[in-house]
Amino acid sequence: MPKPFDKLTATAAPIMRSNIDTDVIIRIERLVGNSIRGTLGKWAFGSLRYLPDGSENPDFILNREPYREAEILVTGPNFGCGSSREGAVWSLQERGIRAIIGSGFGDIFFANCFQNGILPIVVDKAVVDSLAADIEATQGAGKVSIDLEAQTVVSPSGKQYSFEIDPRRREGLLKGLDEVALTLQRDDDIHAFQDADRTARPWIHSTRISA
Amino acid sequence: MPGRSLFEKIWDQHVIARLNEDTDLLHIDRHLLHDLGGSRGLLDLKSRGLKVHNPELTFATPDHAISTAPGRAGTSKIGLELLAALRVETSASGITMFDVDQPGQGIVHVVGPELGLSLPGATIVCGDSHTCTHGGLGALAFGIGSSELTHVLATQALIQRRPKTLRARFEGKLPLGVTAKDMILALIGQIGAAGGTGYAVEYAGSAIRELPIEGRLTICNLSIELGAKMGMVAPDEKTFEFLRGRPYAPTGEMWDLAVKAWRELPSDPDAVFDREVVIDVTKIIPQVTWGISPEHVIGVDGRIPDPKTVDDPARRAAIETALDYMGLQGGAPIAGTPVDWVFIGSCTNSRLSDLRAAAEVARGRKVAPGVRAWVVPGSENVKRDAVAEGLDKIFVEAGFEWREPGCSMCLAANGEVVAPGQRSVSTSNRNFVGRQGPRARTHLASPASAAASAIAGAIADVRMMGR
Repeated sequence: MPKPFDKLTATAAPIMRSNIDTDVIIRIERLVGNSIRGTLGKWAFGSLRYLPDGSENPDFILNREPYREAEILVTGPNFGCGSSREGAVWSLQERGIRAIIGSGFGDIFFANCFQNGILPIVVDKAVVDSLAADIEATQGAGKVSIDLEAQTVVSPSGKQYSFEIDPRRREGLLKGLDEVALTLQRDDDIHAFQDADRTARPWIHSTRISA
Repeated sequence: MPGRSLFEKIWDQHVIARLNEDTDLLHIDRHLLHDLGGSRGLLDLKSRGLKVHNPELTFATPDHAISTAPGRAGTSKIGLELLAALRVETSASGITMFDVDQPGQGIVHVVGPELGLSLPGATIVCGDSHTCTHGGLGALAFGIGSSELTHVLATQALIQRRPKTLRARFEGKLPLGVTAKDMILALIGQIGAAGGTGYAVEYAGSAIRELPIEGRLTICNLSIELGAKMGMVAPDEKTFEFLRGRPYAPTGEMWDLAVKAWRELPSDPDAVFDREVVIDVTKIIPQVTWGISPEHVIGVDGRIPDPKTVDDPARRAAIETALDYMGLQGGAPIAGTPVDWVFIGSCTNSRLSDLRAAAEVARGRKVAPGVRAWVVPGSENVKRDAVAEGLDKIFVEAGFEWREPGCSMCLAANGEVVAPGQRSVSTSNRNFVGRQGPRARTHLASPASAAASAIAGAIADVRMMGR
């Protein structure tokens, strides 16, 4: 069950490159196995965070103070594109990230965030750029505040921006709702649909091999 | 009431409950599991004290984490554990699994259509972003994460926000040497890797109608590289002929009923799309990527972008980052760039027609010295069909390695990697940083282009090697 999200004031790290894909967020070999949860935080952004010899890349923002403590990412266009691997979200979460602000996200990554209590916020690219500039002007010392109830983001210099969010997803995050449990409350509807559909489209439901 | 699109017809038919104006609870007709996430989902379900809602609509096969070496030698310990867990958990839940060496095993997106599990008008999900592939048969198919996977196991339904619709019309006659892979790469180059984000894409137009089903599956496969998690082609007579007689396709009276319903699916002439794009395919030449996103793509006769000529600082920096990773010089021709590896396989391009196209180029020729070239058939059935027509011999005589079905070097989850710094021409779908192995450099291309590059030892224009 996801942890509820309401308000957050935290260090924010701008990672502005376009098209940061989920392979870059977490490499696939870190996700092979059924006991990976809890092991992923140190591998988030592995190919950017570490040099080929395994040491930290001092140029990567999350390896620098105060961004090491970042709980918010401010990202370039199309962040989280590519693979459906939910491990990308898990690795960010285990790294301490709770919200991501960008002009657009990969569709599957975006949906996966909500499943884990991470808030992805979509705002205009101009807002993202201004927010990133504001953070950099304080060398990361200035915090960013997010209020999900009010649907606002406040920059380190006090500029306030509002954002849109699907009301159902907002409620899910605020309350930490479990979608499986919610849908199972509608199990009668699911069965009713299937009963009618067996008549309408029998070929979907009859999966005995025909050969 | 305005006409409805293919997408809208399928979506509306699957609504169990409307949750708000944009969001519906949808019925899921087919759920496909693979070795990387299948057993994890089933174990997650068990830990919640829940059962699989409809095991008869759920199917599994190992593909991601198994070795494709002959005899499966080299599957990692953890890969073997995942395989064992998939066997145990599917069996306990009454889910059909197509196991190693059995017809039906293979890359999940090759297997679904090939077995007739994937059908027009069906909703199909899998914990893999390339599930959009199945849209080539006129299905509404999309990739999901682990949490949604558990949700589908538990409920046979999924909460989804209705996407916008985009129609991409490919018009004209495809030039010789140009394939479905080149068509979709050209579209990604034209509208960008986020050009389809938030949309369900319908591919239409005369060039799509002309394409055989396997080409349509390739087109739909790369929808996610366009940013769209769903891509589809309206079913037609070719679709029905492709499906007729497949093991899980309906038969007899039920087949007739199904075809009658499938004929109603194509978009109405007055259907309205949120966005339309037209591509003149007569202008497309074989495509090859030069960078680290599928949108970094040019014609094989083109030059690598030169950051010095780009004014926008963000775009210039993006090109510099990509060229630095790829070890390429801006402004240089892409053709003739020496390669170390050639990979022919993946859910994009590992079907029989792909292997035939590559074998046609390879026949009677030799892989260049210093190049390692692999052919990984998409499924056990593709492998058997290819062997029956002697394609494996053509490849082996030309110096390619012929392997067992699986995902292999497309995503490097199985120890099959391109070495650091080495350059690969690959028929797969992603040229991301490290996708084929840490610091590996990937150029995406069609099977014919990849085979030509293996022979030339460098990125090659297959049209110059035509027969």
